[in-house]
Amino acid sequence: MEEELQPEYGPRWSDQRVERMLGALVIFVVGLLLAMIAVVVVRGWASFAHNGLAWFGPGGNVDAQLQEISLSGQNGLHYVWTFHAWPLIWSTILITGGAVVCGLFTALFISVFIVEFAPTWMSNVLQPVVRFLASVPSVIYGLLGVLVLVPFIGNHLITEGQKASVAGVISLTGYSLLAAVTILTVMIAPLMVSIFSDGLRAVKPGWVEGSLALGVNRWRTTWKIAVRAARPAIVAGTVLAVARAIGESVMLAMISGSTGWAPNPADGLIFVYEPSRPLAPTIVKNVDQLSSPPANATLFAIAAVLLFAAATCSLAGWVARRAMRKYGVA
Amino acid sequence: MESSVATPPPRPPQPATPPKGQAPTGAVEGSSTWSLLDRLGLALCWALGLLFCAIALALVVYLFLQGIKFLKVDQLTTPAATGFAETETGGFADAFIGTLIVATMGIALALPTGVAIAVWLVEYGRPTALARVTELTIEAIAGIPSIVLALFGTVIFSSTALGFLSRANEGVVFGRSFFAAAAMLALVALPLVVASTRQGLESIPRHVREASYAVGKTKAATTRRILLPTARPQVATGMILGLGRIIGDTAIIVVLLGATQNFAPVEGAPFPLSYLRGAGTTLTNFVFEASPTGNLNQPQKAYAAAFVLLVMVLGLNAAADLVHRRARKAGTWSH
Repeated sequence: MEEELQPEYGPRWSDQRVERMLGALVIFVVGLLLAMIAVVVVRGWASFAHNGLAWFGPGGNVDAQLQEISLSGQNGLHYVWTFHAWPLIWSTILITGGAVVCGLFTALFISVFIVEFAPTWMSNVLQPVVRFLASVPSVIYGLLGVLVLVPFIGNHLITEGQKASVAGVISLTGYSLLAAVTILTVMIAPLMVSIFSDGLRAVKPGWVEGSLALGVNRWRTTWKIAVRAARPAIVAGTVLAVARAIGESVMLAMISGSTGWAPNPADGLIFVYEPSRPLAPTIVKNVDQLSSPPANATLFAIAAVLLFAAATCSLAGWVARRAMRKYGVA
Repeated sequence: MESSVATPPPRPPQPATPPKGQAPTGAVEGSSTWSLLDRLGLALCWALGLLFCAIALALVVYLFLQGIKFLKVDQLTTPAATGFAETETGGFADAFIGTLIVATMGIALALPTGVAIAVWLVEYGRPTALARVTELTIEAIAGIPSIVLALFGTVIFSSTALGFLSRANEGVVFGRSFFAAAAMLALVALPLVVASTRQGLESIPRHVREASYAVGKTKAATTRRILLPTARPQVATGMILGLGRIIGDTAIIVVLLGATQNFAPVEGAPFPLSYLRGAGTTLTNFVFEASPTGNLNQPQKAYAAAFVLLVMVLGLNAAADLVHRRARKAGTWSH
């Protein structure tokens, strides 16, 4: 270790100085996040201010409203602000909710399987598979959705009768809630599996052994003891998955149908075949309109809603993780 | 499952000294004594596990078949062109190179920043309140939708002060450039680098640091010469995960790099800068635009580009596995 003799880590790299430099960087990143929140909210404020709470409500055709807004900005005469985002919000709720419920169910079973029940060879296969599914770019999922799943739903699942029954209102082509929820589930379940299985692995073996010693079989022990003990991990994983699902824009822009339409569960099961468009893809689809001031404000208002939702999720996940740390889990 | 190891049925539940720190697995108890509902549950586990494997396998095989069918080597060397048929529109060379540029620039920003933040969190971390806030910030950045990051990027990089990072025309800053996209993509990769590096640093036991301090090394020197080299596998893992996210992101590229399919270098700037300040494209953007819902609608080329992208992702996954395995073989402090 000849470095010891060199003044390399002398006064120039003294501890105080290094600490201050690193601290400055940390404060910069924290500041960047705060700046981002401020910028997004300030830029979007005009849209909220002109619409009030009706911004979140239903009323009129969202797509037409968006078009009016961006046209008024280009003409520059006087700006139109009317925007009622309910169909987009409802679509976000349906797609995110559907995918998270399906994903939670799937991920719980798969992580229990990986950690407790799968033979070694099987979990050795499943773990890389889960990692791989989590790392496939969303645009690839979107492409496969558009070219494989959507035509399949359009040609085989939706009957001619169903298409005819809503023909005057909306066309059912396969770009649907069903396609969006299916693919989103495949995208977010791996995320949950990795966090769930970390949590399950960290459960104290003594607790599990205690239950086994009382004669409870392994299946019930797992669900009653291990899964319950790993609840913070399950909350953290679910919340992260919700954040990911809310923010997913590109894949959903490709396969959700890109129509400002609120699928109505009261229509019966046919609503899963109806197209819609959540909030995040709306930004992607209208990004060309950023130069029009009122459209710019409207898109930033949407971004502010997304940011708020994501921040809430992050906060909840952070709290759950801290609880885990306190109990010595993960 | 049902066909697993045949154990004598009513065995006294006697933990056959399971390995420490691990839930008992393997031939502890077959499922043959379970009630029907429990067995159905286990069957569901198998079904879902196999379904996942099937999805992954189908995805890879399908894209490989399509890729082999539609990918031609000259697509990687010819840039996109305008035309009516798929034969006239060239390849996606610019997109391929664009992906490499964006990945390099993004990780070049994210890696040092992420490692520095992780070092501060683990080794310094005072005042505690700031450390908590930083943790929360990193968590929040990980959760922010990339489309929101992209919109934020349009605000930063359209400001006149940063006009030198993109195309500026009579005081109006275009705001779309490789610099802009890479900066925001670095934010996407940052939480992964921080989390992984942090894990690596935290797994180094206290006495290693104390030994180093005892021979008179400063904290900075210990970090640089002892801790970071030890945590190198985790840093590498974080970098690889970050690269995967950067390569796979589309929203930021669509908003901050441009809706073009070719490089659009800025005139009058020296060579590498002219390209980096200009708009461009990446593979994800190309796939997005070439899919039937995009502006180009060339599904065959979309498949070919998606195949190239998938190969890159698979390569990164394999690299992560390799790093992990070598680190385990070499042994770490924590055992």
